[in-house]
Amino acid sequence: MNSLHSFLDILLATVWDVLPIVLILFGFRFLVLRRPLPNPGAVASGFIAVLLGLAFFLQGLEQALFPIGKLMAQQLTNMEFLGIAADQATEWRHYGWVYVFAAAIGFATTIAEPSLIAVAIKANQVSAGGVGTWGLRVAVAIGVAIGIALGTFRIVTGTPLHWYIISGYIVVIVQTLFAPRSIIALAYDSGGVTTSTVTVPLVAALGLGLASSVPGRSPLLDGFGLIAFASLFPIITVMGYAQIAEWMSKRGQRNTNE
Amino acid sequence: MSTVLRHLGVSLFDSFRDLLPIIAVIAFFQLAVLRQPLPDFVDLLIGTLMVVIGLSLFVYGLKVGLFPIGEAMAYDFARKGSVVWLLLFAFALGFGTTVAEPALIAVAAEAGEIARAGGIIEDSDDAEQGYATGLRYTVALSVGIAIVLGVIRIIKGWPVQYLIIGGYIGVVIMTGFAPPEIIGIAYDSGGVTTSTITVPLVTALGVGLASSIAGRNPMVDGFGLIAFASLTPMIFVMGYGMLV
Repeated sequence: MNSLHSFLDILLATVWDVLPIVLILFGFRFLVLRRPLPNPGAVASGFIAVLLGLAFFLQGLEQALFPIGKLMAQQLTNMEFLGIAADQATEWRHYGWVYVFAAAIGFATTIAEPSLIAVAIKANQVSAGGVGTWGLRVAVAIGVAIGIALGTFRIVTGTPLHWYIISGYIVVIVQTLFAPRSIIALAYDSGGVTTSTVTVPLVAALGLGLASSVPGRSPLLDGFGLIAFASLFPIITVMGYAQIAEWMSKRGQRNTNE
Repeated sequence: MSTVLRHLGVSLFDSFRDLLPIIAVIAFFQLAVLRQPLPDFVDLLIGTLMVVIGLSLFVYGLKVGLFPIGEAMAYDFARKGSVVWLLLFAFALGFGTTVAEPALIAVAAEAGEIARAGGIIEDSDDAEQGYATGLRYTVALSVGIAIVLGVIRIIKGWPVQYLIIGGYIGVVIMTGFAPPEIIGIAYDSGGVTTSTITVPLVTALGVGLASSIAGRNPMVDGFGLIAFASLTPMIFVMGYGMLV
């Protein structure tokens, strides 16, 4: 009964989120373009499916994955679990399990991220199968895993965020010079789509837990920044994926030529 | 009807597969690392089932609803040939979908708290609320501008990397001048602005525009709108931190 109630709440909130989008779409469609909907029945059923789908998705996450994921983030960042005595100076080496957890949860949540699935489907259609949906998703997920693990390392060591981000930018710029032209826009996009419904709450819990347990860190100042890492590194790994794919196909061609 | 059911069946299986890594990570850390039993197994199972159903419905709705409408809008705007209306639509889509985004509201509220604790604003609830609201509108404005810029870029066929690298330089310069308290929030705000419904719509719009304008390649020119939408908020939020 309780969960039905919260499901309805979530459904209502989702409808409320989607309402401005629907108003903008249909307002421009009917008032400016003055064109009827293509296949109105399908579009309507699609919107209803998206609404219901998101509501189920969020309710399920709230009920099952978020509580346990957040609890684990707290437990793993606990000094007692990590075996650090209160008077001992913190060293980044003590936090081994935190980095492993950060990478694993970053990878896993990205694979389940609905907006990334959407972009992967579209990229696969547009490239006529040239960009594999799984190839792209795994490349992005590896990027998020590296990003979040590095982000937790930054919180532990307390080094300034912008050093990492600016170095990441330099890598992106250098890669852009060498990557195949057709992947560049998609790679830049994959940075923004990775962090939404599934990843943000769990990663935020991890950052907050870590920043409040490491001595000398303030959750308000140091808890931020993980999302930035998670949106930067996929750009690097997606371009890397395209570069490796291009290199392999060139080598394959050379082998068949011989 | 039976094809719909078969599609749903396939997509249920796909969704379950998408979720497997999370289940594996949580089970491994809970049982092997933390050595604790799984709490409330039934709840966990029902919740996971709901996530699987939800993801399947979402992907189905994406294919029959969001993608077709996004593309239809792009084709018809290209046919109508009115750039002004197209840009107005692009701005409305970016601003309208961001201003009410729950993740952004949460981040803005936290930013208000930080600003208050850091003594940037007056120590009152009103000032904190005002700061958060201002930040929210700043980010929404920046996303609206980003989509407009991105659409202009698709029409003109500019290479995406020059604009993005220019944006990076903007971020780096702003980092040098912005108050340190705002930098973390600014960097994060780039990632949280693009919601699950905005992404498919904006992607379909970009790809649709690039395929209906002669001389544009949907792969090279169609993507990139999301990238703009995650870059401009960083610059605008740091600017907001400097002005307020």
